[in-house]
Amino acid sequence: MKYTEEHEWLRVEDDLVVVGITEHAAEQLGDLVFVELPEEGRTVVKDEEVVVIESVKAASDIMAPVDGEIVEVNEVLVDNPALVNEDPTGDGWFFKMKLEDMSVLDDMMDEEAYLKFIG
Amino acid sequence: MDRGIRQEAARCPAFGRRGDGTAMDDLQKTQLHQMHLDLGARMVPFAGYEMPVQYPAGVMKEHLHCRAAAGLFDVSHMGQVILRPKSGDVSDAALALEGLVPVDVLGLAEGRQRYALFTNDEGGILDDLMVANRGDHLFLVVNAACKAADIAHLRANLSDSCEVEEITDRALLALQGPLAEDALATLVPEVRGMRFMDVRTVDTLFGPLWISRSGYTGEDGFEISVPSGGAAELAKALLAIEAVAPIGLGARDSLRLEAGLCLYGNDIDGTTTPVEAGLTWAIQKARRAGGAREGGFPGADRILGQMADGAPRMRVGLLPKGRGPMRAGADLYADAEAGEPVGRVTSGAFGPSIDRPMSMAYVSADKAAPGTQLFAEVRGKRLPATVVDLPFRPAQFKR
Repeated sequence: MKYTEEHEWLRVEDDLVVVGITEHAAEQLGDLVFVELPEEGRTVVKDEEVVVIESVKAASDIMAPVDGEIVEVNEVLVDNPALVNEDPTGDGWFFKMKLEDMSVLDDMMDEEAYLKFIG
Repeated sequence: MDRGIRQEAARCPAFGRRGDGTAMDDLQKTQLHQMHLDLGARMVPFAGYEMPVQYPAGVMKEHLHCRAAAGLFDVSHMGQVILRPKSGDVSDAALALEGLVPVDVLGLAEGRQRYALFTNDEGGILDDLMVANRGDHLFLVVNAACKAADIAHLRANLSDSCEVEEITDRALLALQGPLAEDALATLVPEVRGMRFMDVRTVDTLFGPLWISRSGYTGEDGFEISVPSGGAAELAKALLAIEAVAPIGLGARDSLRLEAGLCLYGNDIDGTTTPVEAGLTWAIQKARRAGGAREGGFPGADRILGQMADGAPRMRVGLLPKGRGPMRAGADLYADAEAGEPVGRVTSGAFGPSIDRPMSMAYVSADKAAPGTQLFAEVRGKRLPATVVDLPFRPAQFKR
């Protein structure tokens, strides 16, 4: 699993990358009550806002961690946003991306580096 | 969480702002500070205090627990003030206070409490507060963020007739929820006889408690002023009762919003009149046009004028059509496409007990009727919402 400084995790599954937010992020945000997902098939660039989430506290944006195409979104979250809090690194994933160049993942933090990052 | 997950905490004043330049070190702490830390609370700056925004259970569970059982809140940051009449006759303090609030204080019986508002010369609201008649003096509870200004205001205007004493050696707890009476009665059996808005002093192991049957959640419950030395012990004794769980500021906000109660600084302020805010129920007959002590409070012309002729805008409830909350600051439109704003959201959150988002807003008077369809601009999109009566959830008071 790879991590960004924006508290997203990326996991390679076959030729796709699954993206979600870390347990640390989910805990900081508090209970999620609303998730707005992007269209499947949308091409995005790194740092583009792709998901809107609302917790009991505030609205937040989740940005694309890398360039690529959104090929699948986790529709279950629309009816059950709490899944993100319950299982942030499993059933609470947000979207799957197809990347042109998988080597961009190489420079990202691994778990050890991320845990150090959040102190 | 700076870039990817971009928090918009600045739009949510109930949660304090890290960005306001207040270092946590400069903040005041309540008597229960260590207990909050021991309970695993997440602390945030709020009105100059370091306060628990949530405990490990989280806002949603805390909210639902308070509605189902009993929740304990530390509200020691609020201001506690005694108005003591120099004459010794409490009616002199009541009449003096009536010069600052559009409320019948003289008619407030001993052992009773009433909601009140300090108004300004324009008819706006300087603060909302509770006033209790405790026999030989009046006891006021005011908002934390306003307390210094409120006390200065009281001293500037009432010093001829009253001593204005800020109480700094007492904490303030709230115990709210359907099991609040049973829980508190295990320690203080006397509370069983109290009705909504009764106040009573009871001597206990924790010192003399000043108890009122009131709160800020729409639930039955109590607010308890306790000497500082007994505060932590009282809180721990209450938390030892199975029904009682600690509740942070996060759930306090969603609870009060479901109950349709105003948050000062959001839903009422110096520019909103009591009429616009829908608080005319707090202006008793004696202070209205034709009453025994008509007017005589700051802004009376404008407030009584609006009561006669109507206000240009009104505070309303708003139910968004979708699942996304419409938060404070969102502009409201009559039309999905064009036009000028007809109002603005002043509070918005997800309501755990009603299982949907909810907002309070000010809208022009012709758009205030329940059932009116409006659109809120959220992230550049106009999303539909319906004007509804407040509260979103009926109150459960013990009358």
